[in-house]
Amino acid sequence: MLNRKNFMKGLSVSAFALSFGLLSMSAAANAADKVLNVGFVGVTSGPAAAWGTSNVRSMQTRADWLNEKGGVKIGADTYKVNIVTFDDKKDPKLAVAGFEKMASQGVRYVVGPNTDEGAIPAYDVAMKRGIVYFPYAFAKQLYTKPNAPAYLAMIANYQSGPTIYKWLQANKGVKKVAFVAANDADPISQRDSGVAAAKSVGLEVVDGKSTYKSGTTDFNPILSPVIKKNPDLLVLSGVAPAAAPLLLKSARELGYKGIISTETAQNADELKSAGSAANGFISLGGASTPELASADMKEFVKRYTKKFGVYDDESNTKVYALEYIIGVLQANPKAVDNVDEFKKTAETFSMKNPYIKGNMPMTFVGKGYFGQKNQIFVPMVVNQYENGSFKTLFVGKVD
Amino acid sequence: MEIVVNGVYLGAQYALIALGLTLIFGLMNVLNFAHGQMFVLGGFVTYGVTERLFSGLHFPLAIAFFLGVIAAALVLMVVGGLFERLFFRTVINRSARDESTMLLAAGTAFLLDSVILILFGQQQKGMPDGQKLIDGVFSWGSVLIAYDRILVAGISFIMIVGFILYMQWSRTGRAMRALAQDKMAARLMGVNVDFYTMLGFAFGAALAGIVGGLLFSVTGINSGLGDPTSIKAFTMVMLGGAGVVSGAIMGGFILGMLESVLLSLLPLIGLGDLTHFIIFASLMVFLAIRPQGLMGKPWG
Repeated sequence: MLNRKNFMKGLSVSAFALSFGLLSMSAAANAADKVLNVGFVGVTSGPAAAWGTSNVRSMQTRADWLNEKGGVKIGADTYKVNIVTFDDKKDPKLAVAGFEKMASQGVRYVVGPNTDEGAIPAYDVAMKRGIVYFPYAFAKQLYTKPNAPAYLAMIANYQSGPTIYKWLQANKGVKKVAFVAANDADPISQRDSGVAAAKSVGLEVVDGKSTYKSGTTDFNPILSPVIKKNPDLLVLSGVAPAAAPLLLKSARELGYKGIISTETAQNADELKSAGSAANGFISLGGASTPELASADMKEFVKRYTKKFGVYDDESNTKVYALEYIIGVLQANPKAVDNVDEFKKTAETFSMKNPYIKGNMPMTFVGKGYFGQKNQIFVPMVVNQYENGSFKTLFVGKVD
Repeated sequence: MEIVVNGVYLGAQYALIALGLTLIFGLMNVLNFAHGQMFVLGGFVTYGVTERLFSGLHFPLAIAFFLGVIAAALVLMVVGGLFERLFFRTVINRSARDESTMLLAAGTAFLLDSVILILFGQQQKGMPDGQKLIDGVFSWGSVLIAYDRILVAGISFIMIVGFILYMQWSRTGRAMRALAQDKMAARLMGVNVDFYTMLGFAFGAALAGIVGGLLFSVTGINSGLGDPTSIKAFTMVMLGGAGVVSGAIMGGFILGMLESVLLSLLPLIGLGDLTHFIIFASLMVFLAIRPQGLMGKPWG
């Protein structure tokens, strides 16, 4: 019964089977090279670029380090860590586009955005598309809703402000405070929180309304009336790293002798452009503080510096978000593809902090502010700039 | 009084920035959207040269800085000349529509933004170690103004006067004015239109670069300043009358004074947020009443 027709049919079936076998073999080979994609959506261009750039660099440095050691073991699988980045240029529409892109690429865990303006519109996309994200943004509505997909990734100014003001009150005799902010959503919000915080610790607010337009380069006309009210402390609410040197220079040029502070992270390299006018400037920093830094933190700083040529002090805290993502996934491998599992595990998660000497475990916090644990613990280090670098003023804790 | 001093200081910078833009518009009917980026590039060239001469070769700071400004002028002159020769002349010759040069100008703005980011990065740059050309603050009653601002304002005034004299009395200036008034007639009178157009564009760009260099010494520079500067330049030019030199100067001083006055007074009544809103709203009303600007010609 074997004839030409039957023979050809048999041959094609065999060819198909062989192809399938090859594909199966190929699929099996791919299993050994699983990739964990972690996203970043935030600002890496413009005056606030230092904030997003330090995020990207921190994540890339840590990812390279983990991959060098063979990758990350999660459950039965080992993953290479890949960082997917998107510059939102501090534009809300671009932040949304960034999150849509992450979702379309199957990225479930995103670090950023760096501002309320980006983090707030991203919320709905994250909820709908099954993303958990880690904003460096302080708007409370991001963290207070049930089942919120957002976890605050740094100390908010309404958490650090009271601590800083109390310390300055006790140690520097500060009684009167003035606030200056850019006329944008984030700085205004931080100013308003700052005013409330200052009043709550008994400081007199002599000016809580002065603002400047983003992109301003000449701050003398703006600062002059503020300084004439003789505050002991001048707070630059929500100031972008590129604007801080100009404000400091203007304030000192106008004869201001008091303390100047902010609750945003700053960049020592950029502050150099203000020269001695920047000395004494107080800002939130990272934990490369000698008293705190573990061997792993020192290794991280070394690798970062080698890879990028400079070190951004706030990268010490920017590296944490990725560590939490990986830690929770290791604690519950089902979370790799299911963010609901992540949220569940975050409730009870705790692990040794690889970056800090002593006992300050990595846990989710924030119940006192948000009613739920929608914040990652990072150390609160208050820095003072002096002649080209940051010095630790004190290490605080969130009340 | 301090308000007036700040207004004059700001006005001098703005006038010089606007002069470059209005020169280009007058010669070519081109709105150079990249003017702000040229200002930024001038600031960065000044930074690069100053840093190299002062920190590297130990030139005195003032000499290093002024050589930096000269370098900025030369670099921007070359950039401006090349843009006109390679881009704008080509588009103008090939296209029957004026809007084509607007798209091209916007494109050159993006191009310069990208080049600046690639060459100089994102960070704020200032004078080496935050030093000033002249230390100290002039104090008179309640007026406080730093000596380096006085110097920069003084140089700006000198340059404005120099520009006016040059345009009025030099052969090149006369040729450019003839060109701006009537291109066809100028060509018939033997003016080398192509050459003077390129030269005018180069001068306009150089003016932006020089201001970028001068202001760098007071407020530093970063790559995000291009668009805000262009917006202000256009505000001044429209206010004073596009294509008119005296209009650009007047527009610059008016904007400088308005900013200084409003920034100083509005916060006293709790309306500090409204400074630029008021300026732009006023500008819209003014242009609705007088579309050609203070000194512009009604026929445009």
